[in-house]
Amino acid sequence: MSIHNLIPATNRRQFLKTTALATGGLVLSFRIAAKQKDECGNILQDADPNDINFNAYLTIHPDGTATIYSPNPETGQGIKTSFPMIVAEELDMDWNKIKVVQAPLDTNRFERQVAGGSRSTPHSWTRLREAGATARYLLVHAAALEWSVPANELTTANGIVYHKGSNKAAHYGTFAKAASSIEIPKEITLKDPSQFHTIGTWVKSVDNMEVFTGKAIYGIDYSEPGMVNAMIVRPPAFGMKLKDYNAESVKGMPGIIDVVTMGDKVAIVGKSTWEVMQAKKKLAINWTNDKELESSGSHNRILNEMITSGTMTSRRTEGNTEEVFKNAKKIVEAEFQCPFIPHNAMEPMNFFADVKSDSARLVGPSQNPQSAQNGVAKLLNIPVEKVTLELTKLGGGFGRRLNSDFALEAAELSKAINMPVKVTWSREDDMTAGIYRPACKYKFRAALDEKGAMIGFHVRAAGMNSGNPIRENNFPVGAVPHVFIESSDYKSDVTTGPWRAPITNFLAGSEAIFFDEVAETAGKDPVTMRLEWVAQAKANPVGKVQYEPDRFKGVIDLVAEKSEWFKKKKGVYRGFSVYFSHSTYVAQVAEVKKIKGKPTITKVYCAVDCGILVNQSGAKNQIVGSIVDGIGTAMYGRLTFKDGMPEQNNFDSYRLIRFNEIVPEVEVHFVKNTIDPTGLGEPALPPISGAVANAFYKATGIRMRNQPYIDYLDGNPQGSSKKEMMG
Amino acid sequence: MAIFNINVNNQTMTVDVAEDTPLLWVLRDHLGLTGTKYGCGITACGACTVHINGNATKSCTFPVSILGNSKITTIEGLSKNGDHPVQIAWDEVDVPQCGYCQAGQIMTAAALLAKKSKPSDKEISNAMNSHICRCGTYHRIKDAVKLASKNMSN
Repeated sequence: MSIHNLIPATNRRQFLKTTALATGGLVLSFRIAAKQKDECGNILQDADPNDINFNAYLTIHPDGTATIYSPNPETGQGIKTSFPMIVAEELDMDWNKIKVVQAPLDTNRFERQVAGGSRSTPHSWTRLREAGATARYLLVHAAALEWSVPANELTTANGIVYHKGSNKAAHYGTFAKAASSIEIPKEITLKDPSQFHTIGTWVKSVDNMEVFTGKAIYGIDYSEPGMVNAMIVRPPAFGMKLKDYNAESVKGMPGIIDVVTMGDKVAIVGKSTWEVMQAKKKLAINWTNDKELESSGSHNRILNEMITSGTMTSRRTEGNTEEVFKNAKKIVEAEFQCPFIPHNAMEPMNFFADVKSDSARLVGPSQNPQSAQNGVAKLLNIPVEKVTLELTKLGGGFGRRLNSDFALEAAELSKAINMPVKVTWSREDDMTAGIYRPACKYKFRAALDEKGAMIGFHVRAAGMNSGNPIRENNFPVGAVPHVFIESSDYKSDVTTGPWRAPITNFLAGSEAIFFDEVAETAGKDPVTMRLEWVAQAKANPVGKVQYEPDRFKGVIDLVAEKSEWFKKKKGVYRGFSVYFSHSTYVAQVAEVKKIKGKPTITKVYCAVDCGILVNQSGAKNQIVGSIVDGIGTAMYGRLTFKDGMPEQNNFDSYRLIRFNEIVPEVEVHFVKNTIDPTGLGEPALPPISGAVANAFYKATGIRMRNQPYIDYLDGNPQGSSKKEMMG
Repeated sequence: MAIFNINVNNQTMTVDVAEDTPLLWVLRDHLGLTGTKYGCGITACGACTVHINGNATKSCTFPVSILGNSKITTIEGLSKNGDHPVQIAWDEVDVPQCGYCQAGQIMTAAALLAKKSKPSDKEISNAMNSHICRCGTYHRIKDAVKLASKNMSN
């Protein structure tokens, strides 16, 4: 056992508070996670130990069971299960005696955190453990008083306190009331990971039965008496504005209550969703534009110009790249491009709002409820305390629900019609109204010396509404002596936002392909080459290094061992990729075989270092799901534009990966260590496209550099010299 | 608008809706059975799948007016206590992430196994391919269908 002292002792008493329940139970209030700087999941501040707002509650009931109130948005990342597991661990309680409840939904009392950036787990890990351990401490000390024995003679297991000397045993509920008057300790002892009984096991999602019986309430399912339904007609093209419309064209239709102008949008309000959908199709409406509308052709041309000759912002410089490229023995260069793509959460965007003259009540699915609450307060010009937000279950997020546009729209409409209203987006609205993964283009250049070592690395990165489209401190920066990373961003009419593993979702795979080309040119094995770089970053770091070389080596070695990388496998074409993002290290090997002559992905090996593994089931589900998503997106994902209008608007024209298209086998291996856990909602996605593309290259000789890859595989391979892929 | 008496989960329910109203919206907006989900409205994603006379059917384009005396089963009526072999297998394998598509997936799997308790891989693939799971839980869906099949044939 070790004394844990991360949170200053003076603050611990403030971050934890006990209350006795009238029923004889104990409530331990505590705080998990922290405010985060932005909603892109990029720059997030660390947990502030002085922040004492309570947002989580643990109740020990007189019957010996416990309830944990979890405040976090559950987007499918499994946090509603994994967080309580961590509390249960330190509490020393049977998992099946614990009930998990979505915390009472009052944003004035509960400050919720963002579900984004895979940062929920690292931020909350210590708080959750301390809360569990503190509750256990209080119960044990209450038992010591009751039994008149020294507390250090007591042990606990499965929610029961034991005193061996007097042969006494009683469940936690026995001491719940008395525990509330024990003083919260200044220091708390946490378990050594070798003592964990719950963390690291396979625990099923706590929401399963609600989901399987249709009882789980997602935002789109929410309704209440007096509520009306609405849908919004939005400009059909980016850059278009509302000219005029004829409300009379739909006002007489069955169930239609009102038609309301909201800036460049028109809301149709009615009794039922179907009636509103029908009216939406019939509305006579005209649009106008005062400037040229964007198309994929123009996007491609602009990205090309940016990469080729555009002015860029310098992001990181080490050494003198100009010099090394001048004297290089060999130079490798290649360009990579990805299109805009929608998030396509299965539950289309929606939100409920009931706005009164001086208050607003919101209900719905959000990855960032705090931002929605603040946004609505600002929009309505009312104090933020007057806006409450009740969080429902989320039918997927993938970053789309970090934005609060759908909540603001509902509030604006409710205010206009003075009625409680649920705004539902049709699938077409969801896919065509924006907030996409930005289109990006990269040009990588590598300078090799006479031994084939990469001594210079130059990146030109261009994005469309991407913010900074490069991650200039990521591996192998730190291992290469001469580095120049530059980027630029084009202001497009097409709206963008964070999409699962922002920027790296395409960047990581592209780099993995490029380094495969570098290894080939240098006559090196791609795995060996990465291990050389990792050794270099450890022995002679170039500038600041924002990753741990040993952990990088750990996942590379593990995936090489499990996939038998260094042994020949007949008829198997293999590709390798490794990436560090969202604080987690992931290495992958993809295998392709020719089945009836057709190259097919048959297996993926994945090695992960996420520190301590919290929930085996949840972790593997996230990793395999990320691999499926990453392959599907790389293979098929593409949204194209003509005259500002998306050309795909539903799942018949936009292709998502399906059951018969998945890689048959995924093997997941974890590096075992006792480092604090990191998140898994994103990090297995970025590298997979690279592993797959590299394996296909071995099988076909075709370098797939632009997404979607399907263009290369449908008998219409487009070579690397072909610059324009999209459109 | 017209009155329709439809048989949902072994109960006769009366709704007053337009004839072309799809069963999906009758269930969700008029009968409060929101377990059946809207995903695409064009039978491309399978989230809205229910049983009509035992057949897995996409309810998002199925007009209420042609239901007649058909027996409709929704996820809420698949079993009394959430203990249909498919539901149990889905829990055992811990299939879902966000869970939104799973009711539809379960209804298709249940209809498939009711007709053929030991389907081949090809038959499973053909049935489940009409569904989209954006979270990518397909591997576990496959495992759960097989587990349910095993438990049902024992």
